[in-house]
Amino acid sequence: MSKEMTGAEMIIQALIDQGVEHIFGYPGGAVLPIYDALFHQQQVQHILVRHEQGAVHAAEGYARSTGKVGCVLVTSGPGATNAVTGLADAMCDSIPIVCITGQVPTHLIGNDAFQECDTVGITRPCTKYNYLVKSIEDLPRVLHEAFHVASTGRPGPVVIDVPKDIQFASGTYTRPKTFAHRGYVPKLKGDPARIEEAVALMRHAKRPVFYTGGGVINSGRKATELLRELVRATGFPITSTLMGLGAYPASDPQWLGMLGMHGTYEANFAMHECDLMICIGARFDDRITGRLDAFSPGSRKIHVDIDPSSINKNVKVDVPILGDCTQVLEEMLRLWKAQPGDSHGPAHKSWWKKIELWRARKSLAYKPSTDLIKPQYAIQRLYELTKDRDTYITTEVGQHQMWAAQFYGFEEPNRWMTSGGLGTMGYGLPAAVGVQLAHPGSLVIDIAGEASVQMTMQEMATAAQYRLPIKIFILNNQYMGMVRQWQELLHGGRYSQSYSEALPDFVKLAEAYHGVGIRCEKPGDLDDAIREMITVDKPVLFDCVVDPSENCFPMIPSGRAHNEMILGDAAEKLDEAITEEGKMLV
Amino acid sequence: MNTSTLTSPASTSHYPSAGVAQAIETHTLSVIVDNEPGVLARVIGLFSGRGYNIESLTVSETEHQKHLSRITIVTRGTPMVIEQIMNQLDRMVPVHRVVDMTVSARSIERELAMVKVRGKGEHRVEALRLADAFRARVIDATVESFVFEITGAADKIDQFVSLMLPLGLVEVSRTGIVAIARGPDGM
Repeated sequence: MSKEMTGAEMIIQALIDQGVEHIFGYPGGAVLPIYDALFHQQQVQHILVRHEQGAVHAAEGYARSTGKVGCVLVTSGPGATNAVTGLADAMCDSIPIVCITGQVPTHLIGNDAFQECDTVGITRPCTKYNYLVKSIEDLPRVLHEAFHVASTGRPGPVVIDVPKDIQFASGTYTRPKTFAHRGYVPKLKGDPARIEEAVALMRHAKRPVFYTGGGVINSGRKATELLRELVRATGFPITSTLMGLGAYPASDPQWLGMLGMHGTYEANFAMHECDLMICIGARFDDRITGRLDAFSPGSRKIHVDIDPSSINKNVKVDVPILGDCTQVLEEMLRLWKAQPGDSHGPAHKSWWKKIELWRARKSLAYKPSTDLIKPQYAIQRLYELTKDRDTYITTEVGQHQMWAAQFYGFEEPNRWMTSGGLGTMGYGLPAAVGVQLAHPGSLVIDIAGEASVQMTMQEMATAAQYRLPIKIFILNNQYMGMVRQWQELLHGGRYSQSYSEALPDFVKLAEAYHGVGIRCEKPGDLDDAIREMITVDKPVLFDCVVDPSENCFPMIPSGRAHNEMILGDAAEKLDEAITEEGKMLV
Repeated sequence: MNTSTLTSPASTSHYPSAGVAQAIETHTLSVIVDNEPGVLARVIGLFSGRGYNIESLTVSETEHQKHLSRITIVTRGTPMVIEQIMNQLDRMVPVHRVVDMTVSARSIERELAMVKVRGKGEHRVEALRLADAFRARVIDATVESFVFEITGAADKIDQFVSLMLPLGLVEVSRTGIVAIARGPDGM
C-alpha cells in the first residue's frame, strides 16, 4: 500500500497499521496537526490525561498488562519534559513504549523558540532509542522502526520527535516490509553449548534455586508456561524479583516468595546458601544482591538474559546465556526431559528440609491489632476478597508497595504493575487507568500510599472522564512511610519532612472527582468496606487509615548480606543492624 | 579550620569495601556505528552517564556508501568494567560492532600530532635535529618557528613533545589514537 498523505496522517496511519487502539496524550501547539488527523478517524482512541507523566505511566500499565506496545502523544517543550519521568521509568523496567513528541518547525530548531527544548538530547539517556525526524521521506520508516525497536530484544521506550512542518508536509506513505535498523539485531537463540552446560550443572546440583525476574514476563506468556514446567520438572525451589512476581504461582509449594531487601527469609537464605543459582531474566540489581562481596558465596551461577550488558555487570557468573527466555527455557526443558537429574535424592531432601526450617521462621509475621488496621492485614484482606476475581494490581512506591509484593499472592503474569527500577511515586494511579482501559471488565486496584498518590492525583479526572472504575486503595499512615522507616533506622528517628501534613479529605476529594470515597479506620469494618469498594462502578478513593508506626520487615539493611536480615520480631536491636558503610548507600 | 559540623570523622571511611580489587587496565576499542545525527552524543553520553573514562576518542566516517563511521576509544577500567563498556556499546541501536583492539594484541595504534615550536639560533637547530631523529616533518616554517608533523605511538609523541618543551614549544594538536588489526582480516 502506497498513498499520498501528510506527516500527521502518516502518524495515525502507522498507529493503525501497528494495531494501536489507544493512545494516551495531551495536545499542544506543536502537535495540533496530529490532533487534527486524530479527529478525522475512529480507529485509534485518544485518552486525554491530565499531565504528560500520567500519559506515559498509563501507557506502561497498558503495555504491562497486555504485552503490547503502549503509545503516547505529547507536545514539544514542557510536554516532552513532563514525559521524561515516565520514559525513565519505562527504561528501567524494560517496558515497550512509543512516545511521539511534537517539535517546533525545523527552521526554528535551535532558536530557543516558544515551547522548544532539545527533546532528543534530554531523552537520549532515558530511552532505548530516539529519533528527530527532519524529512517527510524518513517518517514512515521511522514510525514502524520505532515499534520494532521498542518491542523486540530487551523492550524499552522509543521517542519520535516530529517537527510541526514535517507534520504538515506531504509525502508517500508505505508500510515497510522490514524495519530492522541495520545495526540492531537482538540475539534470541541462546548458545546450545552453554545451555547444555547449564543443564548439566542443574542435573548435579545439590542445593539449587531458580531466581527469576521481569524478563520472563516480558518474554511473553509462553516463557511463563515453560518456566513453570521446568521448575516442576526439576523440583527446585524458586524465588523472584519484584518485577517477576506472577511468573510462578505464589500458591505453589516450590515458591519461596520474593527475594531481596524486603524479601522473605527463606528466599534470601536459599540464595545465600545455594550451590547453583539459575537466574532467568533478572539483573542482579542492588536491591537483590545486598552486599556484593558476600552475595551467594558458595554457588555457581547461570544467567539467562537478552541484554548482554546485564550479564557480568554486578556479579560474575559461571554460565552466561545470551538469549530470549522463551527460547532458552524451551531448550533447557527439552534437555532436562531427555535426561533428568536426580532431584528427589537425599541431597535435595535435606535442601528442602533446610528451606522448610527457614520458612518456619515466618519472616512476614507481624503483631496483629484489634483497634488499629495493620497495613499488612489490610493487604491480606484485600487479597482474600479479590483473589477469586479477575484482578489487576498496580502500586505506587514505598512501604505499601513492598507489603503488596509480600502479602498479595500473584498466580498469573501481567497482573502486577509496579515501578521497580526507577521507583516512581505516582506511578500506580495512571498505570491503573491504562490497565483498566485495556481490561474494561476487570477489577483494577492501585495499592497506594497517601503521599505517592498525591503526585498524580489529577488522573482521577481521566478515570472519571472515561468511566474507568479504578480502585485506589490508599494505605494512609500519614507518612512517607519508607522515608520515615529509613529515618527511624538510620537517622535517629529525626523525621525530617516525611510527615504528610495537611492531607486532603480523600472522601471529599473522590467526590470532587466524580468518584466515590470510602474511609475505614477499624479492622472490624475493613471487610465490608473492601466489599463496598469492589461493587462500586466508579473510581474509588479508599482511605484505609493504618498504623502509622509500622515498619516493613524483613529487611536487609544496605551494605549487608542476605544472611544478615532483620526480622520484624527482632527489630529492637536496630541500631546495631546497620553499619556506617550501609548508611551511605541508598 | 573546621567550618563544617556535618562532616564525619576523617578516620573512618563511610564507603563500602569495593570487594576483590581488580587491576585497572587501558584498552583501545574500535566501534563501527551508523553515521547518523547524534551518534557521537550517544556514545559520549554512555561514558559520562555511567562514569567510564575516555582517555582518547577519534571519529570519522570510513565507509561513505554505507554511511558507517569508525570510533576509536581509549578507556581505562578493570576487566569487568571493560567488558561492561563493550556490552553497553554493543547494545546501542546504531552500533554495528565493537572490538577490543587491546585483547587481540595484534593491533597497531598510531596517533598524529602537529607541534609548534618557536625559537632562534641553537634552539632552532636542535629542534630540527630532534625532529629528524623522530621522523617528524616540517609542514610550516617562519624565520622564528616550525610546525612539525609527527606520527607514531602515543608515547613516542609524548616523548617528542617533552623534548620540544625547553626548545620553545608553543602548542600541540593531537588527533587521538586510531587503531587497526594486523593481518588480512577486517574487524
